[in-house]
Amino acid sequence: MSAVEFVNVPRIPVGDWFEGVFDWVTANLEWLFDAFSTVIDVAVEGLVTALDAPGAVLMALIFALLALLVSGWRIAAVALVGLLLVIGMDQWATAMETLALVLVSTVVAVVIGIPLGVLAARSDRTSKVVRPALDLMQTMPAFVWLVPVVFLFGIGYVPGVVATIIFAVAPGVRLTELGIRNVDAEVVEAAQAFGATPRQTLFGVQLPLAMPTIMAGINQVIMLALSMAVIAGLVGARGLGGEVTAAIATGDLGLAFEAGLAVVILAVYLDRVTAALGQGGHLGRFRRKAKSDVGEVAADENQPDGSEDLVTASDVHTKIGA
Amino acid sequence: MNAIEAHGTYKVFGKRPAAGVARLKAGATREELREDGLTAAVIDASFEVREGEIFVVMGLSGSGKSTLIRMVNGLWAPTAGELTVCGEDIVKMNDKQLRTARREKVSMVFQHFALLPHRTVGENAAYGLQLKGVNRAERERSATEALAMVGLEGWEGSLPEQLSGGMRQRVGLARALAAGTDIMLMDEAFSALDPLIKREMQDQLVELQSKLGKTILFITHDLNEAMRLGDRIAMMRDGRIVQNGTAEEILNEPANEFVAQFVQDVDRTRVLTARSVMTIPAAGDGRLLGQPVAGTVAAVDADTRLSEVLGACADCEGDLAVVDSRRRLVGVLSRATLLQALGQLAADAAHDASADPASDTTPMEVTAR
Ligand SMILES: Nc1ncnc2c1ncn2[C@@H]1O[C@H](COP(=O)(O)OP(=O)(O)O)[C@@H](O)[C@H]1O
Ligand SMILES: [Mg+2]
Repeated sequence: MSAVEFVNVPRIPVGDWFEGVFDWVTANLEWLFDAFSTVIDVAVEGLVTALDAPGAVLMALIFALLALLVSGWRIAAVALVGLLLVIGMDQWATAMETLALVLVSTVVAVVIGIPLGVLAARSDRTSKVVRPALDLMQTMPAFVWLVPVVFLFGIGYVPGVVATIIFAVAPGVRLTELGIRNVDAEVVEAAQAFGATPRQTLFGVQLPLAMPTIMAGINQVIMLALSMAVIAGLVGARGLGGEVTAAIATGDLGLAFEAGLAVVILAVYLDRVTAALGQGGHLGRFRRKAKSDVGEVAADENQPDGSEDLVTASDVHTKIGA
Repeated sequence: MNAIEAHGTYKVFGKRPAAGVARLKAGATREELREDGLTAAVIDASFEVREGEIFVVMGLSGSGKSTLIRMVNGLWAPTAGELTVCGEDIVKMNDKQLRTARREKVSMVFQHFALLPHRTVGENAAYGLQLKGVNRAERERSATEALAMVGLEGWEGSLPEQLSGGMRQRVGLARALAAGTDIMLMDEAFSALDPLIKREMQDQLVELQSKLGKTILFITHDLNEAMRLGDRIAMMRDGRIVQNGTAEEILNEPANEFVAQFVQDVDRTRVLTARSVMTIPAAGDGRLLGQPVAGTVAAVDADTRLSEVLGACADCEGDLAVVDSRRRLVGVLSRATLLQALGQLAADAAHDASADPASDTTPMEVTAR
């Protein structure tokens, strides 16, 4: 018999400690959570009202138009068909509730995530603290922290939003950090060498150049938020998640399928539109514009035979060298 | 006043770098420090860059050139020693003062151009001025002017990605010029360019410098480039400046075997000037010295490279007059003297080659012995 079995590990009351901390938080920071709850609640309710206002079909057309503007007619057509299907399945109102929840969660996650990513990119120490925290938030089963969230925020949209933020914030932080760390070091050094302040370097160089990566992060935040928003149905955040929860409770297979399909349609729509924004967003659109405005004219004038180096070099030579 | 002055400047990377400097001063080698995880990038560097000259720092990769230049604009603080720029002590400056110094006094040109890809050529050229807070109209005017100086008029609205490498580096040059600083730092600025474009850029730089009188600290690992551009050259090796002088001094009196090996393959006729081989008329004819030379007389500038003097010499009947920039006589060059000098160069080169028994030995190993 090995000695190891005689070692008696005492019961470690980790759960009790956690409850202790939790009790202190509820007792002392209640005002903070109340204020946060109010803001989130108003935001989600307001957004739901706004999304419902024009009526289902008109709103679906507006969404399709948006897709047309950012990602082209093909995706717009598919989007329109999908959205009309959602209306046909009688899931439009719940889909808009879920969309509102996703958008509010995404905004909060981005507002927290991007600055955190910037800090992590600037300091290795911050990065070392942030990384495991993000891992924890993503790998801890959602149901585990749904419980404390409900304790703190009760039932409804707010715990849904909070749970969604916790689950979805990670890629926003990670990809912001990655994007900024991957900006060409020489370009950053150039900014510093010309006397840029850290602020000017961040806003004038690092963020613009990291933007495609950051947009990819935001796209992922939205996708994660959507998947979590469905689970949030369990804590009373209505929407498609609420439908799924109800369908499970009553064994209504048809309803579960329809709600699930609506989630998929919403997911595809959000993914395509935000992905297109990421690629053609700020930077890409700017480039395309600049190219068509001036670049082509300049290129035509100056590069008659395509050997741009030689031509301009000799230009220079005749102008300056002689 | 010197534009840049360094006295016993050190830069050591790693934990507790000051202790590393103390050990170097006590005689420890770079390798000994490396064993303890310290990198001695610049060791006891002393040099001065005079106003309006092109000062070249030349050395192999890893010899500490970039570290040196980054200390000059304060991106890295020296671990020990003195460093002044335009008479101001850069070591003692706080962040804000350093930023002001970079905006007002020193601009920089980078090896891979380091342009902002999301901004137009015009905006890139105006970048330094934008950071200074110059208003839009004025900085656009300066940027256009600087772009014209480097031969890029009309390209203001293009994006860097639409330009070739040589043109991008001209934008980099224009950005530094537009900033209006007296000092320009150039870290391997032409190293990424094709040989042909590189030559064009070198000529253009010399031209611009003589026109604008900028002080240029130019870094390169290419000896021929160093010889072409440098009024004076500092040879750097393993963090130390091993020799400091004009191209001719370095060619004629290499400070050690490392330098000698290094300069062995240089085409001396492209470095040595008419001044270095001319004869100075003695006694009777000496009174002609300093007198203006008539336009009809065949003459070459004293700073003309021998490779170019050859052509002029072949064309003329008798001796060549060697003149200064205002066409006053400073010496005489006969065919015989020229041929003699060339013969001597060839003999030297042959001697250098045969004197080195292990001709495959790299310069590094030679001095390490
Ligand atoms: N930030 C840094 N941290 C540690 N070591 C560095 C750093 N920058 C440069 N070095 C080291 O300093 C030495 C000199 O580098 P550098 O100045 O870039 O040389 P060069 O420009 O001549 O190629 C090299 O050994 C390099 O590895
Ligand atoms: Mg370097």
